[in-house]
Amino acid sequence: MNESVESVRAADAIAIERTLAGDRDAFRVLVERHSATIFRLAYRLTGNHHDAEEIVQEAFLRAYQKLEQFASQANFATWVYRIAANYTIDRMRQRKQEDARRQAPSAEMTDDVEQDPLRQIPDAMPSPERLTQSVELRRQMENALQSLTPAERIAFVMRHCDGCGIEEIAAALKSNSSAAKNTVFRAVHKLRQMLEPQFAPRATARAMGTES
Amino acid sequence: MRHLSEEQLIAYQDGESSGRDVATAHINSCAECQAELNRLVEMLAAYQAFPVPDPGEDYGRRVWQQIAPRLAEKRSHWWQVFLEPRRLTAAGLVAALLLVAFLAGRVSKRVRVDHGDAALTAEQVRQRVLLLAVGEHLGRSEMVLMEIANAEPEGATMKQVNLSSQRRRAEELLDENRLYRQTALQEGDTGIATVLDELERVLLDVAHSPGNVTPAQFKSIRQRIDDDGLLFKVRVLTKEIERRENTGKRGPAESGSAKVERNNQA
Repeated sequence: MNESVESVRAADAIAIERTLAGDRDAFRVLVERHSATIFRLAYRLTGNHHDAEEIVQEAFLRAYQKLEQFASQANFATWVYRIAANYTIDRMRQRKQEDARRQAPSAEMTDDVEQDPLRQIPDAMPSPERLTQSVELRRQMENALQSLTPAERIAFVMRHCDGCGIEEIAAALKSNSSAAKNTVFRAVHKLRQMLEPQFAPRATARAMGTES
Repeated sequence: MRHLSEEQLIAYQDGESSGRDVATAHINSCAECQAELNRLVEMLAAYQAFPVPDPGEDYGRRVWQQIAPRLAEKRSHWWQVFLEPRRLTAAGLVAALLLVAFLAGRVSKRVRVDHGDAALTAEQVRQRVLLLAVGEHLGRSEMVLMEIANAEPEGATMKQVNLSSQRRRAEELLDENRLYRQTALQEGDTGIATVLDELERVLLDVAHSPGNVTPAQFKSIRQRIDDDGLLFKVRVLTKEIERRENTGKRGPAESGSAKVERNNQA
């Protein structure tokens, strides 16, 4: 039986109240109910099972520590999701900096798409139907996603995989709606650049936004 | 003909309303833009369908086992944060207000929530939240009890009954059951608390049973359900909760249990 949104919120409210009243085990109900959702987000963002599990644990630890601040929030699920997204951004940025320090300057990654990903993708591609089942496509989709900046990756996954609203994304990115919208757009644009030939080669080479 | 820019196309796919009619008209008449849109949609669909490994049914429990030792008991005056006026007025949504009022209501009966035409007192909000949560909980509990009632020995030897699925769900239900029973007691709703107390004992039996039980163990569990008339009480309480949710009024504190007892004797 699927729980309704209202009953989940009601159940969460009771668990939160009892946790705040000093019943630590009441928090278990929240962890058990929402862990899988956070895991899916974390896995999509990291592409790594171990990292995803670490993010889930950290998100709930932080949620527990900040639970008093939950008072003005409507939805625990959204709140802990945002905590996980924030933590993942910080973690990815930190790792990127560490990686950059270790790598030679010539191989250094930047936030901008200065490399030409199209060069890395073969021209002759099989049909879209076959591609969607292809292990190779998955790998390239994964690589493309990982090549986005942390903010772009979070924004893209939240918007196009989890269906979050722009306001929600803005809150996770700690920015405003306009910036969040631009980040989503930039992410889609980069992914298209990297992956579009895989789905179907353009019939004619033409610049979009121009006369045909 | 001027093609849509990539930004316009992405915005269009994302449901952007500004200039949508013009964009729709263009896409319908332009094969190239239609093809571009299809490619974009295909790419996004592929990401949505991107496989994410299933962490397993007991994943939440494993996470809890990992983090529980690292959680300190909360002993602060947590309720003070709910009494700050800015917190009580910040959220605009009824859902948020209901939640805030629920959390604040324990220490302040003065909290009122505008809910449509009616203003609910903190006590009423707390009651509604409890009814919502318990109603759902009883539905899931009833399903587990029903499955146990209908289970049969299986396998070539017919010597074991597999209750592993019911055991796992009973474990989950047990934690929630305890929270709702305690909250019902706090609210003075002994009708709900009594049934939840009886349910908790059976859930405990099931949760602590092995995945495969012997016919004797199975008989003992089922006997407990039958002796207490638990399935019946759960159904009656579910109906009672539905009635109270529909009327939006709180009945006498003992009405639930009195009705259960009365029906049980009938």
